[in-house]
Amino acid sequence: MTENSLDTAGRRAAVDKASGEGAAAPTLASEGAPGAVDDAHSSRVASPPPGGRPPRPTLGRRAAALADSLWRPALVLVAFFVAWWFVAAREYVPNYLVPTPGQVWTTMTNQWSELARHTMVTLYETVLGFVLAAALGLATAVAIAYSRTLDKALYPIVLFAQVIPKIAIAPLLVVWFGLGLTPKIILAVLIAFFPVVISGVAGLRSTDPELLDLSATMGAGPWRTFRKIRFPNALPHLMAGLKVAVTLAVVGAVVGEFVGASEGLGYVLLLANGNLDSALLFADLILMSAIGIVLFVLVEIAEALLIPWHASRRVGVSLTTS
Amino acid sequence: MSTAPAATGTAIGMSGVTVRFTTRRSQTTALDDVSLDIEPGEFVTIVGPSGCGKSTLLKIVAGLVTPTSGEVSLLRRPVRGPQKEIGFVFQKAALLEWRGARANILLQAEMRGMDRARAARRADELIEMTGLTGFEKALPHELSGGMQQRVALCRALLHAPPVLLMDEPFGALDALTREQMNAELHRIWRETGTTVVLVTHSIAEAVFLGTRVVVMSPRPGRIIRTFPVELPAHRDYAQVMSDPRFDRLATELRGLLGSAAANH
Ligand SMILES: Nc1ncnc2c1ncn2[C@@H]1O[C@H](COP(=O)(O)OP(=O)(O)OP(=O)(O)O)[C@@H](O)[C@H]1O
Ligand SMILES: [Mg+2]
Repeated sequence: MTENSLDTAGRRAAVDKASGEGAAAPTLASEGAPGAVDDAHSSRVASPPPGGRPPRPTLGRRAAALADSLWRPALVLVAFFVAWWFVAAREYVPNYLVPTPGQVWTTMTNQWSELARHTMVTLYETVLGFVLAAALGLATAVAIAYSRTLDKALYPIVLFAQVIPKIAIAPLLVVWFGLGLTPKIILAVLIAFFPVVISGVAGLRSTDPELLDLSATMGAGPWRTFRKIRFPNALPHLMAGLKVAVTLAVVGAVVGEFVGASEGLGYVLLLANGNLDSALLFADLILMSAIGIVLFVLVEIAEALLIPWHASRRVGVSLTTS
Repeated sequence: MSTAPAATGTAIGMSGVTVRFTTRRSQTTALDDVSLDIEPGEFVTIVGPSGCGKSTLLKIVAGLVTPTSGEVSLLRRPVRGPQKEIGFVFQKAALLEWRGARANILLQAEMRGMDRARAARRADELIEMTGLTGFEKALPHELSGGMQQRVALCRALLHAPPVLLMDEPFGALDALTREQMNAELHRIWRETGTTVVLVTHSIAEAVFLGTRVVVMSPRPGRIIRTFPVELPAHRDYAQVMSDPRFDRLATELRGLLGSAAANH
């Protein structure tokens, strides 16, 4: 019970820190500001944990824990923007190479409708590629984990598909499938597929043999064993693989657009580069990164919802108490 | 089950069972020519030094390990592959990390496709009986080792199996809870007539629970001797402990286990 209470304290701390985040970040960014905010929320952290059995972590609490894990990178990002602004505004580097954040902002707002359209195209390719890669990757992982024969047959192909430089086959895909969305999606699938397979196989193979014995004494068939034991057991591994895969899917889509496209952020990037329009180029880069980050965070949230029981999810929360 | 006449056949039969494990580095003989017949309704306890093949013996009965040679039968049918007319309590609790205590117990029902409402009612009875009330939703990592074992015990009892195989089910319990669980298990066995095979390192537990105690030798595991326990079928913990017959048998077992270990 004490362990549970401590856990609650940890989550509380997480919530408090997260709510203090908005105020804390500018404090540190602007020099010499008072540390009052910090004191305020550290005293709230010290509030005694409630007695009795704590409630299950709610969605709000989980989101708060997630926000807590994000404020540090946010801080680094702010520092980075300040440095960028400083370098560009003072013209230490010529303006046509590095635009100021203000110029990028203006470009982004002025050309928003166009940029939004291209972003949606790239997002569509990425998401579709990622979903297909996840489905195909999981199916392949199941085949490999369950069958020795398929293991021997499929593993070399999977490995080959991985070591082949995807960028090198991009032109070929364009020749085969034209300038439409298909080659981009295929490229995203090819590049995101591998981490899903590897993590899926590792997860499915990590089932405690004793649990499989248990399942056998319960007379359960392979499907029930998969659904109730092997698959949930594989989820922590699989989610790790999916997080890698989703960021790679963006790369796949953009590379596909580089090779031959009439829309998408990769296409805009080439245009901006050709016109030496550095502001547009930067705006484009920011949007690409935003796609990757948003999708990554979505997978993180899915992970938090699917495997709140896993050790990797518990540690993060309890560390915030120290 | 309790009505089955003893003469018509054995609940568990093993004859000339030998198990050899071959790994890349070595070959281990875990069991060497083990023969054992268990009548329906018997409560057989197995004691023996660590690594003598007690867990292996239970897994053979459950069909989880195939013997290198010898014959095994369960409920008068030869054992080929995993058996499901059993409840198995593994040495490790073997719980699903992502399920609460009650959901872990109900896994048994889900895997067997049992009637949900009935299974749920029975699970609640078992939870109360084993003192897990209030922890129905607790995940395994939130439970103590002893509580985890009790969850595993409930899971093995949920479907009221005719044969119960238990591998050191009370190893992680404190002395007092262990006595309570022993008394509880004794009551369940008396009331249901289940055939039980229980592996333990506790001589007191072996004698209190067993109608027969089987003593095994150090590896390669052989059965050195089996002792019938001459105590009343209906036992009370305090009474048994002060019974001179208990003392005599316990002392004899201790001596046998000690000399077996010394001769090795
Ligand atoms: N799957 C396996 N592969 C190889 N060797 C095994 C395997 N299972 C058991 N053994 C070996 O068989 C022997 C008996 O193991 P077993 O687990 O049955 O012992 P035990 O009597 O249950 O011991 P303990 O009291 O410590 O639980 C041991 O020497 C062990 O190393
Ligand atoms: Mg053992």
